[in-house]
Amino acid sequence: MAATAAGIVATGVGVSLDGHRILSDIDLVVAPGEVVALVGPNGAGKSTLLAAISGDVAISEGSVDIAGRPLGSYSHLALARERAVLTQDNQLSFPFTVGQVVSMGRSPWARTDRYDEDEVAIAEAMVAMDVDQLATRRFTSLSGGEKARVSLARVLAQRTPIVMLDEPTASLDLRHQEDVMRAVRTLASAGCAVLVVVHDLSLAAAYADRVAIVARGTLVAAGPPQQVLTAAQVSSVYGLPVDVTLASGRPVVVPVRERRL
Amino acid sequence: MSRLARGLTLSLILAVVVVAGITLSSVIGQLAISPAQVAGSLLRAVGIDNGWAPDDPIIESTLWVVRFPRIVMGLVVGAALAVAGAVMQAIFGNPLAEPGVVGVSSGAALGAALGIVLASAGLSAFTSSWATAGLAFAGGLGATLLVYAVSRSNGRTEVVTLLLTGIAINAFAGAGLAFLLFAGSAASREQIVFWQLGSLNGSRWQEVAIVAVVSVAGLVVALVIAGRLNLLALGERSARHLGVNVEALRIGSIILVALLTGVAVAFCGIIAFVGLVVPHIIRMAIGPSHRPLILASAIGGGALLVYADLLARTVVAGADLPIGMLTSLIGGPFFFFLLYRQRKRSGGWA
Repeated sequence: MAATAAGIVATGVGVSLDGHRILSDIDLVVAPGEVVALVGPNGAGKSTLLAAISGDVAISEGSVDIAGRPLGSYSHLALARERAVLTQDNQLSFPFTVGQVVSMGRSPWARTDRYDEDEVAIAEAMVAMDVDQLATRRFTSLSGGEKARVSLARVLAQRTPIVMLDEPTASLDLRHQEDVMRAVRTLASAGCAVLVVVHDLSLAAAYADRVAIVARGTLVAAGPPQQVLTAAQVSSVYGLPVDVTLASGRPVVVPVRERRL
Repeated sequence: MSRLARGLTLSLILAVVVVAGITLSSVIGQLAISPAQVAGSLLRAVGIDNGWAPDDPIIESTLWVVRFPRIVMGLVVGAALAVAGAVMQAIFGNPLAEPGVVGVSSGAALGAALGIVLASAGLSAFTSSWATAGLAFAGGLGATLLVYAVSRSNGRTEVVTLLLTGIAINAFAGAGLAFLLFAGSAASREQIVFWQLGSLNGSRWQEVAIVAVVSVAGLVVALVIAGRLNLLALGERSARHLGVNVEALRIGSIILVALLTGVAVAFCGIIAFVGLVVPHIIRMAIGPSHRPLILASAIGGGALLVYADLLARTVVAGADLPIGMLTSLIGGPFFFFLLYRQRKRSGGWA
């Protein structure tokens, strides 16, 4: 499909909320087959940027193209067939089972030819996120980490060419963090454009093709991890001295800590 | 038990309960009528002549003028209220939202009372019954919109805010009703009191038909939007990401709730807690998925009111208790229990 070859293209995006300028002049491209990690300090505007690109927050300047068409030209349903979004909010109002929650990810495809994929898509997503054992459990009875994985499984089951994830690794243990980021890589190798907000810079460096640093509402740097995540750059953005070493050719960021005796 | 087995068991139980309720309500009363006579009369009505059918015109008219319209009214009003409750809980994302509790019913009753007072001021009987229904709908709609606007923030509704909003609306509507009682004539006073307490007494086929049409149409709409209501449980943002036009769904659902509650209140007065108790029990039995939930709630709500009405007209010999009083007697403690449980689970009132 030629149209989907375009992934996400954000040009000169600015967002103002209640008269406050949250984001200004952001240019960001996520091509199909690529994982772009969005990093930056708390309150830098990462989640707002994600919300603007996913269509939740109206942009006041610039433009966002999804799969080659302006964001505003999509109906809700058409957009849901192009992009899936994981928010940080893992609440559920009623005690649906894990299986039911994951199958909600298939709802945009109801009454289309891709309806036939439902069972396979749900099963694969649940295995990828290691939640297939939980299928009959009630979502509301799960731990925070389990909820996060189930929500991600729902997003995977949606099977869209564009995937946006807001801190998918936030409440996960070491192993599940790696599982999630591997699943993100698998998506990209299958041709998806993936934009993921992460706090762990080393995790971003290890799995992303490119890293974009957002600070104070602007895009400070974007490029391959080795070029962007330098000690000088990270220190200045976070206001904290850091050491950057290399592990398997990827940067590992560690704050400079005073040795305690 | 698997979900399907639970669903089938529940359907079977509900079917038995409904049929038993209808039979009991037809048979029991000041004039005892045998089940065979009821069956015979029903068969004759659909054109099958049989030996069971009663020859006594008093029995015939008791069944067809008094009991049957009342039973059908109970079924359709119960269905309307239970479906309204289930839909309201879905859009508020809160199992404690209920038309009676949050003030939609009293808003509708205020509208209905206004209609009654205006009618006694000189409208014809036909216009006045429609004016009453229309004003009940308008009152219910206004109350729903108000609760919705006040009690939601960031796409969620907190229990405290919801209940406090309900208190405020109930207080305002109560004051409005008191004023209309004060201002109205003796006859309209009596009617307003009737509205406040709720009753199926004196249901006529024309009224039953109006409520039935609205209830069935509302049920169909609710079943159509059920899948989208499921997605709303994920929160408004996630529902939107899955292709739901949340704003349209919200407005549509509010109108649906107001319509169902309004039509029930307009003809039968305030019958509270049906929309709270019934969906809650169904949810415990078969889970929260909205299509089966709404369908089973409609049937369960109908059954509940048929039994409640049977109680209302038989528990005190020779008197017809207000049905709204009975449902509140049962529903009030149940609501306490739900509050207590929710509080224990979430550790506070948030």
